[in-house]
Amino acid sequence: MPTNILMPALSPTMEQGKLSKWLKKEGDKIKSGDILAEIETDKATMEVEAVDEGVLAKILIADGTENVAVNTPIAIIADEGEDVGAAASSQASAPAPKAVEAPAAPASPAIANAQPAVAQAPASPEIPEGTQMVTMTVREALRDAMAEEMRRDGDVFVIGEEVAEYQGAYKVTQGLLQEFGARRVIDTPITEHGFAGLGVGAAFAGLKPIIEFMTFNFSMQAIDHIVNSAAKTLYMSGGQMGSPVVFRGPNGAAARVGAQHSQDFAAWYSSVPGLTVVSPYTAADAKGLLKAAIRDPNPIVFLENEILYGQTFDVPVMDDFIVPIGKARIHREGKDVTFVTWSIGMTYAIKAAAELEKEGIDVEILDLRTIRPMDTDAIIRSVMKTGRCVTIEEGYPQSGVGAEIVARIMERAFDYLDAPVIRITGKDVPMPYAANLEKLALPNVGEVVAAAKAVLYRS
Amino acid sequence: MAATRTTARSAGAAKAGAKTAVKAAAKPARGGTNGLEFTPEQELEAYKTMLLIRRFEEKSGQMYGMGLIGGFCHLYIGQEAVVVGMQMSAKEGDAVITGYRDHGHMLACGMDPKGVMAELTGRRGGLSKGKGGSMHMFSKEKHFYGGHGIVGAQVALGTGLAFANAYRGNDNVSMTYFGDGAANQGQVYESFNMAQLWKLPVIYIIENNRYAMGTAVSRASAQQDFSKRGLSFNIPGEQVDGMDVRAVKAAAEHAIKWCREGNGPYILEMQTYRYRGHSMSDPAKYRTKEEVQRVRDENDPIEQVRSRILKGKMATEDDLKQIDAGVRAIVADAAEFATNDPEPDPSELWTDILV
Repeated sequence: MPTNILMPALSPTMEQGKLSKWLKKEGDKIKSGDILAEIETDKATMEVEAVDEGVLAKILIADGTENVAVNTPIAIIADEGEDVGAAASSQASAPAPKAVEAPAAPASPAIANAQPAVAQAPASPEIPEGTQMVTMTVREALRDAMAEEMRRDGDVFVIGEEVAEYQGAYKVTQGLLQEFGARRVIDTPITEHGFAGLGVGAAFAGLKPIIEFMTFNFSMQAIDHIVNSAAKTLYMSGGQMGSPVVFRGPNGAAARVGAQHSQDFAAWYSSVPGLTVVSPYTAADAKGLLKAAIRDPNPIVFLENEILYGQTFDVPVMDDFIVPIGKARIHREGKDVTFVTWSIGMTYAIKAAAELEKEGIDVEILDLRTIRPMDTDAIIRSVMKTGRCVTIEEGYPQSGVGAEIVARIMERAFDYLDAPVIRITGKDVPMPYAANLEKLALPNVGEVVAAAKAVLYRS
Repeated sequence: MAATRTTARSAGAAKAGAKTAVKAAAKPARGGTNGLEFTPEQELEAYKTMLLIRRFEEKSGQMYGMGLIGGFCHLYIGQEAVVVGMQMSAKEGDAVITGYRDHGHMLACGMDPKGVMAELTGRRGGLSKGKGGSMHMFSKEKHFYGGHGIVGAQVALGTGLAFANAYRGNDNVSMTYFGDGAANQGQVYESFNMAQLWKLPVIYIIENNRYAMGTAVSRASAQQDFSKRGLSFNIPGEQVDGMDVRAVKAAAEHAIKWCREGNGPYILEMQTYRYRGHSMSDPAKYRTKEEVQRVRDENDPIEQVRSRILKGKMATEDDLKQIDAGVRAIVADAAEFATNDPEPDPSELWTDILV
């Protein structure tokens, strides 16, 4: 019986990948454990091992094909002695996809699930009109930001787990070791408390560390140095000694990684005076804000999102593109209701706004970009215009960022509100593992749509 | 455990405990002073700086009692030889960082006693404009990086100061002080590992004053020889008589040379003793008065120098009286300044949060 080999999922967030290279050709004998092909995931280049024995009867997806969805058949293995041609043709019902050149074109069912190549996002107000744009992922934008700042300032260095030789656990620091060497791109032992403290000490002495947490979940081990050592020293020293540190890494829920690996720290760190908390959505903002964060003399908590790493956006081609910290961005203008959100929360807001548009509801989406200092003026301006507001975040409801936004609106725009503000948040439970429960624990587009209708008193 | 607890409570058993503590504190360093005798100038310098710390701390205690100093106040009395001996071996640019028992380190680094005392009283002329307090003071100019209130935090931070020296390729070292209590924190060993892995120029100075707040070393530490705490990282260490400033300086010379030459970190366990309670509010019932008195009588770091000076005729009683008077005047000035200096302007509440 011929067996289909399917495109494997090789990381928690992988939905598609590139079939970089076949290491076996049609007609080759296959033993269990043989390396069949190399696949590029959102994190790394991985080898696909054979589980079944037989002969590689047919390659269905050619070398170099991008955006191959997980579970797409990529090859057929036939039993030894079986008629290879017949085995292949017996699979005729399977689609016979061709190598797809343009990643965006959904030319075959094999890539139907591929994400849109460019998430639609209006340019930041910081980008001058007519600027040439280039398409890149959030991951690449972050890497470029670090590389540019490291070229500019010899005191900037990157330190963390797997940032150098492994090229970054999520490939964000890819290529930095090759360009800047081991002196400035430093692999640490697994020792978050220790290397966070070491980085802050180096910053006291005037260096400008970029401290990567493999995920912010592990920053809880180091939170004393972030809060007590980094955030408070300028104040406690009467202004003599600051900590020009950037703590960065993926924050919040990824996919199916359970309670301990799905913590959103936006509310935690944003409650601390002395810290600045940045959390971008687009690649352009990721780049411009990370560059600003590296140059900032204060300790910055830079919250990225693993799901967004692989998403593509337009990024301006500029010598020195900086996005100011503390400024929100109107992502979509509207007059009926304001969505206030940031980072991954934007994905719910954008989809919900598109659905609501069909029903004639005109949503304004405000991408906060910085959580602290919060651009309260931008929130208030928008709420005064629409009179209605929904906040969207993946974090917990109690003492969440949404709660803070609601309080500020209440203090400054109470009389402009036509309805109580609704908070859409992650549910008040530890993140479950089961796929259905995880989905329930996170916000969803339906909830956002319903909330928008509720504040508009529409059913 | 139970037996140890009894020790603290029953007078008879406490004496036995006291003896052990005194003996340990008095134990000569491995190799003693390594034959390093002080010149008369060095003896007098050590005497003067140690005396300044002692008188300053006595005055702090007095002012705390008067309500002029608030919060926590941890005095360094008894431990003066440690920081003074270390600083006698330092050179310009060497960094110092310590925990909350930090007044002595600041004075030894040459920070202005007026500024230190005014910080203790929370006045605008304090080194942190009155916003840091006893446990949180810094001086970029003197390379003093605090003053840290979280036990053990300074160890990772101090390792980072050494990292900065290594990154810049200079030959300065980081002198990272912590106590026998902090030595049990996890981040200390995270730091040891990285320091040795990357050969960072950091001297870990463990001030073993026998008590982590009220817990005797024997009740808290499975390995009471703190010089061995870096063994599994291959960090060399030695025990030093921290009551003898000459022994401290000799050990410092050796450790600093080791670090400056790029050999990585070094551990010095300073066997010392704190005369006062952990903080001003600690009645120190976990040890006997006799135990404290015995160290004072037999092993006081300042008396040791004083008697050597007189015996060696490096100065006369009158010379020393003059030094004493000079030190008292400095401390009195500091106290007066710290008492009369105004509190910070209310607007200071909102400054220095961000650069």
